[in-house]
Order: sequence, then C-alpha cells, then structure tokens
Amino acid sequence: MRPLSRKATCNSHGQDSSYFLGWQEYEKRPYDAVRNPTGIIQMGLAENQLSFDLLESWLAANPDAASFKGNGESIFRELALFQDYHGLPAFKKALTEFMSEIRRNKVNFDPTNLVLTAGATSANETLIFCLAEEGEAFLLPTPYYPGFDRDLKWRTGAEIVPIECHSSNGFKITQAALDDAYEAAQKRNLRVKGVLITNPSNPLGTTLTREELNLLLNFVNAKDIHLISDEIYSGTVFNSPGFISVMEVVRDLKLENTDVWNQVHIVYSLSKDLGLPGFRVGAIYSNNDAVVSAATKMSSFGLISSQTQYLLSALLSDKNFTKNYIKENQRRLRRRQEMLVNGLRNVGIECLQSNAGLFCWVDMRHLMSSNTFEGEMELWKKILYDVRLNISAGGSCHCSEPGWFRVCFSNMTEDTLNLSMQRLKNFVNSMNSSSSQSHHQRMKNSRRRSLTKWVLRLSFSDREPEER
Amino acid sequence: MESKTSERKQLLSKIATGNGHGEDSPYFDGWKAYDKDPFHPTNNPYGVIQMGLAENQLCFDLIKDWVLNNPKASICTIEGVDEFKEIAIFQDYHGLPEFRQAIANFMGKVRGNKVKFDPDRIVMSGGATGAHEMIAFCLADPGEAFLVPVPYYPGFDRDLRWRTGVQVVPVHCDSSNDFKITRTALEDAYERAKEANIKVKGLLITNPSNPLGTIIDRETLKGLLSFINEKSIHLVCDEIYAATVFSQPGFVSISEVLEEDPECNRGLIHVVYSLSKDMGFPGFRVGIVYSYNDAVVSCARKMSSFGLVSSQTQHLVASMLSDDQFVDKFIAESKKRLAARYKVFTQGLEEVKIGCLNSNAGLFFWMDLRHLLKEPTDAEEMALWRIIIKEVKLNVSPGSSFHCPEPGWFRVCFANMDNETMEIALQRIRSFVVQAKKPKVPAKEKCWHGNLRLSFKASRRLEDAIMAPHSMSPHSPIPQSPL
Repeated sequence: MRPLSRKATCNSHGQDSSYFLGWQEYEKRPYDAVRNPTGIIQMGLAENQLSFDLLESWLAANPDAASFKGNGESIFRELALFQDYHGLPAFKKALTEFMSEIRRNKVNFDPTNLVLTAGATSANETLIFCLAEEGEAFLLPTPYYPGFDRDLKWRTGAEIVPIECHSSNGFKITQAALDDAYEAAQKRNLRVKGVLITNPSNPLGTTLTREELNLLLNFVNAKDIHLISDEIYSGTVFNSPGFISVMEVVRDLKLENTDVWNQVHIVYSLSKDLGLPGFRVGAIYSNNDAVVSAATKMSSFGLISSQTQYLLSALLSDKNFTKNYIKENQRRLRRRQEMLVNGLRNVGIECLQSNAGLFCWVDMRHLMSSNTFEGEMELWKKILYDVRLNISAGGSCHCSEPGWFRVCFSNMTEDTLNLSMQRLKNFVNSMNSSSSQSHHQRMKNSRRRSLTKWVLRLSFSDREPEER
Repeated sequence: MESKTSERKQLLSKIATGNGHGEDSPYFDGWKAYDKDPFHPTNNPYGVIQMGLAENQLCFDLIKDWVLNNPKASICTIEGVDEFKEIAIFQDYHGLPEFRQAIANFMGKVRGNKVKFDPDRIVMSGGATGAHEMIAFCLADPGEAFLVPVPYYPGFDRDLRWRTGVQVVPVHCDSSNDFKITRTALEDAYERAKEANIKVKGLLITNPSNPLGTIIDRETLKGLLSFINEKSIHLVCDEIYAATVFSQPGFVSISEVLEEDPECNRGLIHVVYSLSKDMGFPGFRVGIVYSYNDAVVSCARKMSSFGLVSSQTQHLVASMLSDDQFVDKFIAESKKRLAARYKVFTQGLEEVKIGCLNSNAGLFFWMDLRHLLKEPTDAEEMALWRIIIKEVKLNVSPGSSFHCPEPGWFRVCFANMDNETMEIALQRIRSFVVQAKKPKVPAKEKCWHGNLRLSFKASRRLEDAIMAPHSMSPHSPIPQSPL
C-alpha cells in the first residue's frame, strides 16, 4: 500500500524548477561585502527592503503598539485568546483603508468583505478551493509567478492553462490570447472556472492598462466565470501610468448590479508593499457573500497571529504614517529601478518598460547562444556560476519566449546593486570579445549544456520558495 | 430568482457550498446562544456563562510578568526593535532555528524530559487546525480514511475531511470501561471500513483526550503501536493537552513508548502539537507537526507555506520558551491551578450527586447527566442541553456533538473563567439540580422534558438564588475584540 498520499509524493509543489536551484546555490555562497565579496548576489528575491527605516522609526515613536499595551493597560491576554476568524475589527478597518489609499481612494472597501489569511499564498489557494473543483481550470497570463503552480494546483487539484503573452506587444493580454487559452482548455476537456491576473504583474513589473482590464471583465462576463486579481504589488507602482484596480473598472463600467460584481475577487498582502513577508498577512476581498463566508471558515487553517494583527492595525491606522510611507516607498523604488535600468542599458541590455514591482523584466535574448530554452538555461547558468548573480529565468515563469529574465532590485543595498552591474558589465564585455572567436567556442558551450542538464537534475527538495 | 441563486452557487465549488465546515453542528448552536446573550458580571449577570470553550486562562499573570520583564522578546519595543527588519523579512518555511529549538525544548520538558525532540523535525502549521489538515493531505488521498476513537473533538470533522476529501471512521468507546480504546473496537472499525471498501490510512488519537480529559495508559499505547504496525497504517497523536495533566497518573507520550519499541516502524508515527491549550495562546496560531518520517517532514514543510507562524510570534515564543526557569515554573504552576479548579468543580457537583468521568488532564471534565434523561436517546440529550443553555444559562457541550455513542454526557470547561464566574456557574448547576428534583405540581410536570421553559416564577427564584453580591471581575470571560 502506498504509504503517503499522492499529493505528498508528486512534485506539484513545484520545487524542482530552476527557480529554486538558483536559490540553493545562493545559500551555499551568499554575497557579503566583507565576509564573502565574491559570493553570489541574490537578485531572484522579490523583497522590498528599502523602507524599513520608516517602519522602525514609527515603532520607536509608538511604544503602545509594542508591549501589548492598549490604553495603558496590558492587553496581552485578550490578544493571546483572540482567535476569531472574522479578524480583529480595527485591523480589518485599517487594512481596507490602506488598500483604498493605495488606490487613491477611487475604491472603497468594506471590511466585512475582507477575509484574512496567512499570506497571499494561503489567500490564493483558499480562493481556488472556493471556486473550482478538482480538475477544473484557471487561465493565467504568462509569464507568471512560479509559486502559482503550487498555490493554485497542488492541494486543490485544479489546473492552470496559460494565456500566452508575447514581447511583440509588450506582453499585453489580448482577446486572441484569451480565446486561444479558453479553447486550449476545452481541447483538454477542462472546465474553465476563471482567470487569475497579477496586477501589477510579477514578473513583468507593469500595471495592466484599462483596455486590458475592460477586455478581461468582458471576457469573464461572457464566459460566466470568475476573475481573481492578485494586487499584492499595488503599493509599488512608482511611475505613470498609475495603478488601476479591477474593482475601479468594475465600478466605472457600472457593473455593480450584474453577475460580474459577484465574480471579481482581489487578493492582497503586506509582504511586498510594506516588506513584511515574515508576518504572513494576506487577504481576500470579494463582494460575493458566499465566497466571503466560505473563505472565512477556511481561513481557520491559516489565520493571522493576533499579535501581528494588533501591531499592524496600530501602524496602518496612523494616516500620517501611511500617507508618507506610500509616497516615500514609491520614490525609493523608482530610484532603484532607474539605477538598474540604466546600469543594464550601459551594457547594451534593455528591460521591458515598467512602472511597478520590485524587479525588472530583462531582455537578454541577444546574449543567448541559441534562441531556445536550452540557450536560456545555459545563459542563466553562466550568470549564476560565472557572474555570480542569482536571477530568475523566464522559463521558470512559463514565459513562451526564451531569453527574458526577472532581476530584482529592492532587496539589497545600492552598493551591492552597483557591484552587480559592474559584474554584468565585465561579463558582457568578455562575451563581446569572445563572440568574435571561432566555432570551437560554440562546441565548448554545447559541453556546458550537458553540464546544465546534469545540474538541473540535482535534487533540491529542501529549499524554501516563499519569495515571489 | 431562486433558481438564479442556485445557479450562481454553481459557480462556487462543492467544498464552498456544502457544509463540510461543520458549523451546522449543535456544538456551534451553544456558541450562537452564548454570543447572543453572553454573561458579564455587571453588564449582563443573567447571561449565558461560556463553558463550551476549552481555553486555558489560568496563568496569564505569569506570562504577562514575563513579557513585561523581557521587552527584547518583542520586536516592537525600543529594546527589541533592532531585530525588527531581520524578523519581518524572515519567511523561510523551516522556521527560525531558535523557535524550533525552543519548541523542541518545551515539548521535552512537558514530557518530564523522558524524551528528546529533534528541532529539525519540527514543522510549523496554522494552529493545530492547520496541522491536522496538513497531515491528512500528506498521508491520505481523497476517499481514504482515518480511524478516530469516539468521543472526539468536533473540529476533526472539518480539519480531516473538509478540503481533503478524506473520511473518518469512528472507533467505538463507551463508559463500560471508562471509554478506553480496546483492540476489539479498533479491529471492528477497521473491518467496517474494509467492508465499505474504504482504505484506512491511519489512526488518530488525542492524548490527553478531548473531551474526556483522561490520558491513555502505557499498555494501551503499546497496543496501539502494535495495531498500526500490523495493519501498516499511520498513527497521528494529537498531544495538544500534554502540559495540562494535573494529577497522577503522569502523562506518557507516544514518543516515550516509541523509544521502548525498536520493532515499531517509526515512519508511521506523527505528533500534532500547539501552544493554544498548554500556554493559552490560541490567538498566536502556533501549530506544530512533528513526524518521525523524513518524507512527511519534507512534504509537510512545503505545505506549511499555507500556514506559517508569523515570524513576530516565532520570535516571542522562541524567547519565552528558551527561558528554562520560566518554563519550569509555568508548567508546575499551571498544573497546580488546573488541579485546584478541577477539584472545586467536581466536589461541587458531587454535592448535588452529579458525577464526572474520573480524569486528570485537559481544560474540562466529562459530566454524567444520564440519570437526568427521561430516555437514553440523543433527542433527550438535546432537550436537556437546550434547557441547560436557556434556563440554567450555561453553554456546555452535548456529548452527541463529540459523536459519543451514549447519550447524557456533557463536556464542561473550567479553565476559561475567573473564580467568581466559576462560583456562579456552580451555583446555577446546584440550583438547577435542586429545582429539577423538587416534586412538581402536575401543570409543570412535563416542563423540563418537553417544554423548554420553566415557569417565570421559578426562573426568577433561580435567578435570585444565583445573584449573590460579588465584586466586579476584572477578567471578562467574553472573548471580545481587545480593541
């Protein structure tokens, strides 16, 4: 008899992809300015480390949020006992107001429609449990966050069918792509239950246009399916065009009294905007009472620690803080993105024009020895082992075209970012000089490809995939 | 309109629209009654006293003192804020090493240091609720089953089955032998499953037991190990109440028995734990899966992504539970206070000839009201229960919600209230029993069996009897939001 479940022994957790190999290599030789200056620089981790000083100074100025004190009295006991899956009311109020603020108050959120979950990881899985049976499918635009393979499919048994997007139009979602994806699902005998978008996009770093959002809403309306909008990066939009939330478009199109109103759901988290992934703060927002009700009960499997809800409710209720934070954080992100974009441009590498996120979508097609995913892997390996930068290969994000890479810019100091650009410059220069060498160099590369295949088969089951 | 609603509902999954969440069970009716009319010593002295909530509120003074004296344990205090960034970023599903070390340390101490736990086998989960679901996902496919001795915690129906599609097959236990788990009952349950073409993947026990409050003796535990080895099925031990064993005989954990049985296939043994009962921290969502099976540890760790413990909480817990002096004092004092509570209640009940199952653990006792039932049926039990809620104004949990095969048993929690409230609860019970025993005039004869109300006059007398003047309690038993 099989001792463990199928879910335990399959690999739908997605951890056999290169996304995680890079992580593992980094762990072996991580860069440190003093202790390991030639180590691997982590650029595969979408963390926002730019604005901790703002949080720390708020904490120093607000001792009441610490030490479990409220009104001067210790409320440790009340917090320790508080396990109501409806969540701390003050926290939900502050969180929904924060979400509105990020959307320049173009949308008002009702706290009773918010469900708290242990991170967006849990929110996405929970929504799929609510909306799809085992074997049913969600359509996702490519490229997409590798973790979705685990979050949406693993324990739910649901399927993902890609909506292929291409560089020819800046990876925008088109009607044709939507129709093709739907048809592909039909051919596989998969019932489509919805579309899941990430807006702003990971890994592209772009916000969806109003046209795309209109397109999506019309599509889900016509097919009578759901639309999940993962807006985890909504607070990281640092340039125009600004962020347009799907909920804003729903209201603009006056769809409040239609079925679509009940079929659009937002996922949010504080892991990116506030840089607090360790606190496991996720949320589902829906106007659909049945979804809110079911998701609330399911949140029992992953509630947010009351201690954390309390701290964050104090933080987010401080409107002076939130106003300043949102603005300053975006300013710092913009500056960093510019540094990376310019640094890459200096060595002849372009990025997809982006206005959000903690990363750039970098075009390295011209650096590949062949325009294939093998070529992409070969290049990725060179960058990992020779240049000693861990970046994320587009193939692991299900990109349909090889040669694109996601490079993060907000999880390191400026000096480290500059160093990474320097290393890349050296690499590109050496590649340029060697490209004028003979055919023998190509043969060497093909031997490297065999090495690549061997390395890819390494088991790395023990690595954590939390970051996006 | 209605067909449109049901059509709309089609757009949600069966899991979402069904009642696998278990909240339609009577266990939650008592909750609802309490929520509508919660007791408060001054604001609502006639309200329902919550005795259906297994919370440990007896030692918060010790914890509060520790927290105030250890500001570095919080990442938000001036003393602790320099660790804020590192902790806030930390989302590694292995968990903070110091957290795992502290939990392993604590688990060992709670078991009298008779066993050692390996920090590398500790996997986090969203409370024990998350742990149970996670283990079910790891060990069983949809349609497969776990054997679970009755009576059992109602939440298991949701945790083991709802989203996993796994089934529960009950193992019969009754008062004829104090609800002990017998080999015969296990074999019987296993056969029943086989006949129904259901593959059994494991046995789940809760030790100490909820709702019984008893511990499983060493011989029985050995017997369980041999049963699961014979059938080659898993054994999941929920030891969430391990530190609440307040009197002899002492607690014997499955880990201890495992060490004495080299023949046992260790890969079949898994422990579920949490800080919600032993420490009284249900709000912090600290659930643990400890498995002796490497593949399960690995899989569970990946699944724990769906319910990691907040790093802020990991940090606090790591600090608190690595303070050996505090931990030793806490464990000892907690047991003392639980024992004292248990004694007051059971003696008080004895005075009015209400018996309880002899127990030495947990945050509740298993009360025997079979003699108050007109007939030994579930319907009679529910009728009596409704009277207890509506007339006696106590929310206790009826045995049927725990799948108890014998009507008339009720779980009564005693650690989630202050001393004053406890006294009031006892008085209400005494008055109710005295009232019930009084010879009745014919017009009121059928009152407390079929009719849900005592007469107005009688209930006012009841209220007068219980409303002895007392000082205001600083600790409300109402789990309101602290803000």
